[in-house]
Amino acid sequence: MMIEALIAVALIGALVTFIAPNRIAGKLAFAISLVPAALSLWLLAAFDGSGNALLDGELAFESQAAWLEVGDYSISWFVGLDGISLPLVVLTTILCTLAIVSSWTPIDERESQFYGLILFIEANLIGVFSALDFFLWFVFWEAVLIPMYLLIGIWGGPRRKYAAIKFFVYTNVASLVMFGAFIALVFGLGDSVTSFALPEIATAMLDGGPEGLFGLGGTTLASVVFVAMFLGFAVKVPIVPFHTWLPDAHVEAPTPASVLLAGVLLKMGTYALLRFNFTMFPDQVAAYAVPIAAIAVISVIYGAMLALAQTDLKRIVAYSSVSSMGYVILGLVAYTQFGVGGATFQMVSHGLISGLMFMAVGVIYNATHTRMVTDMSGMADRMPIAVGILIAGAFGYMGLPLMSGFAAEYFIFFGAFGSGIPYAPLFTALAMFGIVIVAGYLLFALQRTVFGPYRLETDYEVGRAPVHDVASMVVLLGLIIALGVAPDLIFDMITDAIDPIIQGGEF
Amino acid sequence: MAVLQLPEWTALAPALILAGTALILFLIDSIDPHSTNRTLLAGTAVVGSLSSLAVAVWYTAAGVGATGIDNYGVIDLLGGQFVVDQLALYFMIIIAVVTALVAVASYDYLRDHTYQAEYYSLVMLAATGMSTMAASNSLVTIFIALELTSLPSYALVAILKDNRGSVEAGLKYFLIGAVSSAIFVYGVSLVYGATGSLQLTNIAAVLESGDGAVAEMDGLLGLGILMLIGGIAFKTASVPFHFWAPEAYEGAPAPIAAFLSSASKAAGFVLAFRVFTTAFPLEATTAVIGVDWTLAFVILAIVTMTVGNFAAATQENVKRMLAYSSIGHAGYVLIGLAGLSADGGELVMGAAMMHLLVYGFMNTGAFLFVGLAEYWGVGRTFEDYNGLSTQAPFACGAMAIFMFSLAGVPPFSGFWSKYLLYTELINAAADNTLLLVLAAALVINSALSLYYYSRLVKALWIEEPILDRDSLAQPTALYAAIVAAAVMTVVLLPAFGPIADAATEAAAAVVT
Repeated sequence: MMIEALIAVALIGALVTFIAPNRIAGKLAFAISLVPAALSLWLLAAFDGSGNALLDGELAFESQAAWLEVGDYSISWFVGLDGISLPLVVLTTILCTLAIVSSWTPIDERESQFYGLILFIEANLIGVFSALDFFLWFVFWEAVLIPMYLLIGIWGGPRRKYAAIKFFVYTNVASLVMFGAFIALVFGLGDSVTSFALPEIATAMLDGGPEGLFGLGGTTLASVVFVAMFLGFAVKVPIVPFHTWLPDAHVEAPTPASVLLAGVLLKMGTYALLRFNFTMFPDQVAAYAVPIAAIAVISVIYGAMLALAQTDLKRIVAYSSVSSMGYVILGLVAYTQFGVGGATFQMVSHGLISGLMFMAVGVIYNATHTRMVTDMSGMADRMPIAVGILIAGAFGYMGLPLMSGFAAEYFIFFGAFGSGIPYAPLFTALAMFGIVIVAGYLLFALQRTVFGPYRLETDYEVGRAPVHDVASMVVLLGLIIALGVAPDLIFDMITDAIDPIIQGGEF
Repeated sequence: MAVLQLPEWTALAPALILAGTALILFLIDSIDPHSTNRTLLAGTAVVGSLSSLAVAVWYTAAGVGATGIDNYGVIDLLGGQFVVDQLALYFMIIIAVVTALVAVASYDYLRDHTYQAEYYSLVMLAATGMSTMAASNSLVTIFIALELTSLPSYALVAILKDNRGSVEAGLKYFLIGAVSSAIFVYGVSLVYGATGSLQLTNIAAVLESGDGAVAEMDGLLGLGILMLIGGIAFKTASVPFHFWAPEAYEGAPAPIAAFLSSASKAAGFVLAFRVFTTAFPLEATTAVIGVDWTLAFVILAIVTMTVGNFAAATQENVKRMLAYSSIGHAGYVLIGLAGLSADGGELVMGAAMMHLLVYGFMNTGAFLFVGLAEYWGVGRTFEDYNGLSTQAPFACGAMAIFMFSLAGVPPFSGFWSKYLLYTELINAAADNTLLLVLAAALVINSALSLYYYSRLVKALWIEEPILDRDSLAQPTALYAAIVAAAVMTVVLLPAFGPIADAATEAAAAVVT
């Protein structure tokens, strides 16, 4: 019942915060969010699962209850955690707490609604990562959209309406494509499946695959579904060329929403890719490995080049997500223990680092009211601690050893280089070149904003960052370094859950 | 397991309680004419409808109308003129729920209104008509129930006597209603002429007997069925008898619009479900008239949902948008009858009934929110609704739930009932590929509807208000009704299993 407790605390907390007066909403939401954060850390300590949740693994904190029958299929409340989902649940609860803290300064209207929505997102994100029934999972998956749409639409920047609608339409259409494909797959599986429980569907897929539907043969159906689902999730990740909603959404979103968007929401896409495409369709992965790897490399390089061309600090960080998520895809398609494990590790690592970067950019923006690299100079003089953390975060992004980004990228490159897909060394080498560009744009940006003489002309004092902002960034930085120094903190549990997937593969 | 043996006529208690409440309200009015004691009047109406709801739920839970050991079985009353089965009870529940919500909301809406007692007793009378309609088992009792629903409704639409729109809407509604009633009753007489019987089960028996006399009357019978469909189309606001709906809903007081678009529509559908499954068994009827009547419903469903949704997408007035969208939803529910041509048709019908129940909450809630906006006097167009959420976050949150649920966005109940409808339709389509077209139309229309529903959410939550408003009042009863509807729209979700079972069983009971 622990997972239910996590979700319930966040949901009830969302309602309580929504009712509370604006004045106390921020502190109240923070206090409430500490409960799931502490609980999820306790889950991490008490974790006793092994293997993969979808492939006959031993689940931790599992619970299942019948819900309803739709046609010949039963739907149940089915949640549980394995080594892949638990780190993401912990990431969610911690980032939500920190996002709440980082909203105290910038959010100054309709606070109770704002914090209520953040807690509502938290509940649904935990649900996405722990649900093991397709319908339950889809309910949480879609329920994340509405609060994020409102967060961007109400508290966002000047072009927020455009960005919010673009975000909603893009991701909702993608979800529908994915939903339709998955339902077709379940119908196509015929009598071997009697419920929407993901483990049952995964087993049926690996035992023989679909029989066919609407005149399509089994193999064709599997390929069509694989591609449709890949496209559906690719938008959420996002992968080039489906990334265009992301910079708009990020730039217009308020800082805490950006933190959650980059930190956790993008991981929903890669998590779903891992759970659905890369666990259930090993044959199709093998068949489409080269194009997927090519897309991953293009995402890495192109995303980094786009970031290089930006002058808005937040846009730079936003585009950098595209290339970081490209690494995740590369790791997944490598289909080796270090590749897939590294990809999962990178999901957590990128969540922490991009969260930190967005917070740092937010803190600087709160103080200076500008994000333009060209306007700023010598910020190190005015806000040394915040800028120090920004630099540390940037180094994490570049993959400085002893920070989690390095470990993640190392695992991915190591796994991808030794992968069985054709031209694997070439793809890996190209992707590694991305690091150079990443270092390039980050150093360019830092050099122009942080160093040199201070020359920002404002009629207000640009001073040090508030303590609570610094504190939340320090927490993130601590986690980044902890995972960088000792990746085994979570990597063992990840590989434990990854191994069954790899063994089901063709190469 | 009967602890207490009740006389048989008490099976109609849900309807009788509503009738009794109407009479009590008349009594109060005669003792204290022009009473403006809103608490007493609205309270009586609410207690009455809640009692009706409680009894209907109790009967359903106790197994009235269900067949099997320990159950009471289907109860025939007055020589088969009425029948209380699960289908009847299921719709009595929907009607009682909507009536209760409307009565609660009217408490605030009618604050400065003069005809308080009349208003509530007319509402209760109309609800009585709807409730009896659910149990009617003969074309005569159906017609009486239909008129008992319609006559108070005409008056209710026009009850804002000083408002030209209201009076005009009432007149329009009355004229179209009268014509439809005439068509319906003409259809009844043609069916009677062809089969020599008015009771639904007897009509079916005559048709199934393959009597040569009926076969000679095939044209007459076919025309009669077509006219019955016309009468039903009016009551459910389906094409081609839909054009009264936007006018009537727009002119009527918002709670009445909610009442008509949710409860009255549900009553129209129970009528359709019962008449077409009980009186005109598909095979026997097809043998006589030579045409499969589900074909009419396939066409009607596609045309209705398309017309409703496309018209809704072009509206600037929120109430009209909701009115057209309610026509679209009538199209979805008509699928329940269209699916009967295939095996597993009772599942499709059960899904359609499920949608009606969910619709009873979300659509009532949406119209009540419009009532709240009218109470505030903020205007009627989308622009007028801009930025309301800054001042009324709760009501606007509830409205966002209604809109997303009506559009069929997960996780709200509207998604589930539409999904249920969709999958059952796909399953049935294995038998009859024509249904695939229907399924495609359902998906396309749902996707389209997201456009105009989300437009309202955007207006409420994201747009800035075009003018400064004074702070808005927070009428307790209207809020209570809206929040209750929103909570139910969400809370139905975990209870979906048992409710879907109840709906499917109720449908299977009449389809067999």
